[in-house]
Amino acid sequence: MPPLTALALDVRALRKRYGAVIAVDGLDLRVTSGECFGLLGPNGAGKTTTLEICEGLLSPDDGDVVILGRRWSDDASELRQRLGIQLQETQFADKLTVAETVRLFRSFYQKGHEPDAITELVQLAEKRDARVGTLSGGQKQRLSVACALVGDPDLVFLDEPTTGLDPQSRRQLWELVERLRAAGRTIMLTTHYMDEAERLCDRIAIVDRGRVIALGTPRELIRSLGAEQVVECAVRDGETLPGDAIGALPGVLRAQCHGTSATLQVTNTHETIPALLSLLATHALTLTELRTHSPTLEDVFVSLTGRHLREE
Amino acid sequence: MLPQLVQLTMARFREFLREPEAVFWTFVFPLLLASGLGIAFRSRPADVVKIGVAASAPRAAAVREVLATDPGLDAELLADAEAESALRVGRIALLVVPRSADSVDLRYDDTRPDARVARLQVNDALQRASGRRDRVTIQESLEREPGSRYIDFLLPGLIAMNLMGGGIWGIGFGIVDARRKKLLKRLAATPMSRALYLVSYLLMRLTMTVVEVTLVAGFGMLVFGVPMRGSILVFAGIALLTTMVFGALGLLIASRARTQEGASGLMNFVMLPMWVGSGVFFAASRFPEAAQPVIQALPLTAAVDAMRVTMLQGGSVVAVAGEVAILLVWLVLCFVLALRFFRWQ
Repeated sequence: MPPLTALALDVRALRKRYGAVIAVDGLDLRVTSGECFGLLGPNGAGKTTTLEICEGLLSPDDGDVVILGRRWSDDASELRQRLGIQLQETQFADKLTVAETVRLFRSFYQKGHEPDAITELVQLAEKRDARVGTLSGGQKQRLSVACALVGDPDLVFLDEPTTGLDPQSRRQLWELVERLRAAGRTIMLTTHYMDEAERLCDRIAIVDRGRVIALGTPRELIRSLGAEQVVECAVRDGETLPGDAIGALPGVLRAQCHGTSATLQVTNTHETIPALLSLLATHALTLTELRTHSPTLEDVFVSLTGRHLREE
Repeated sequence: MLPQLVQLTMARFREFLREPEAVFWTFVFPLLLASGLGIAFRSRPADVVKIGVAASAPRAAAVREVLATDPGLDAELLADAEAESALRVGRIALLVVPRSADSVDLRYDDTRPDARVARLQVNDALQRASGRRDRVTIQESLEREPGSRYIDFLLPGLIAMNLMGGGIWGIGFGIVDARRKKLLKRLAATPMSRALYLVSYLLMRLTMTVVEVTLVAGFGMLVFGVPMRGSILVFAGIALLTTMVFGALGLLIASRARTQEGASGLMNFVMLPMWVGSGVFFAASRFPEAAQPVIQALPLTAAVDAMRVTMLQGGSVVAVAGEVAILLVWLVLCFVLALRFFRWQ
């Protein structure tokens, strides 16, 4: 537990409901200064609601939120000066240029960076005189981050910064976040991409149905599975895998069977795979797929909830 | 505070000036409208009324000769079928069908003013030709003063109507669009002064007002000789107040609307009664007595009346005090309600 003064964000027992839907259900979070903290969870897990409460855009039904040692009820205007925010769906004015938009946002803050320096930082220097309407999705998202940074914030919120971007734009945005992280900025981001959370975040809270169901560094979370490898296999359509028998194979920690496919967390791959193959042969089943990979945060989520992060 | 007001206001101007359609509708359209109407209703020598004489009737040619001597009448001989259709479509105001030496039939629509004029002139010409002597001598002196023509009546109305459209559309659409794009929400998350954000819209509109009013009023005065009999300062004051009233009304309309379509419907609903009732194109007094209290209370009626009184009658501030009071009430009401209802998300 870090000392209290170093907490950038302290959220306790947060609750928020919209009519009959409970978006946030007793959520607790502590973010330390200087870390990049990720909220990982599927769509509708309550990540954005939590973030918007922290940003002062929504008020909670219950619970306590302390940001940079301040509360929204008492110090709203000071907090707005010290937070940098990127929202999921903001569209900036199409007719303004990149430089004009950054300068406009700079004018709202008492202190901050030179607009040109920020434009450079987010790699939009070449586009500084281009109208926002002509930018690609990735460039618009980097402009959005520029507007979040221009007031030199003590805490930056990024809500699903790479959702909807092509792979190259995602990579550029990741590099940007990594530069911010290396510069010691406190960042809290939400994502439903496990690779993103794994790569960018010092610590991650896995959120599901409005609660934190696991917390730790990516490495700790993955190690908590206790598995060395994950084995996925599938058989031909119309056949059924013997779930119980698979779970009882040597070296299997946990197994989940869905009809023709199964996911096994194993401690000892070289024992499990031959046993699996002979089991399938005894049941006269035809193997159509067999894959092994190192465990990921996705596997952590699946083992905690029985569901995938991105339900197709 | 000042840097953000400057940046916000500059953003407003950039957004406006980089939208060619908006520039066109704001500046060019009222000029086109004013010149079109000015040409249609320009001052001309008194109209000559077209009438027909039924060619098939007895003595038709002789009657036409008599009528042709009246400079106010343009009489032509028409075959029966042609006469019928000319009368029906209004190409002639009246048809003369001679019966005998001392009797004619006149066919016309007595609800048409030019038909009634034609009837009087035909009657005069025929009576005089058959020997009537006038006993009263009439001296005529013609007055064709600028200030009493249709274009004079129209111009202040167009200016006020333009300020209404600019205020309601210019402010309303901008804000609804920013809300739809979640830009308002993003701005609300910054330390930006929310009041200054709204003020930036007002500043842009006030500047536009100066340009628009100068352009349209100047055009009317130079090209059509529309008079400015009152104080320019009073007139400018009324124009700025009108802008603020409709800006506040635009703000109120946009305070909750989430889509352009929703806002657009609401704007038309608000503006339609004023386009029709506020006396832009014809005097509001044409509406029945029962509707007058409502019509007189509309902000556009007050703005149009105040501008006409100042421009055409040379009225002072005192003369327009009632209209100014109505505008001030609308301004305060709309602004207070808009601030109360305004949604940033």
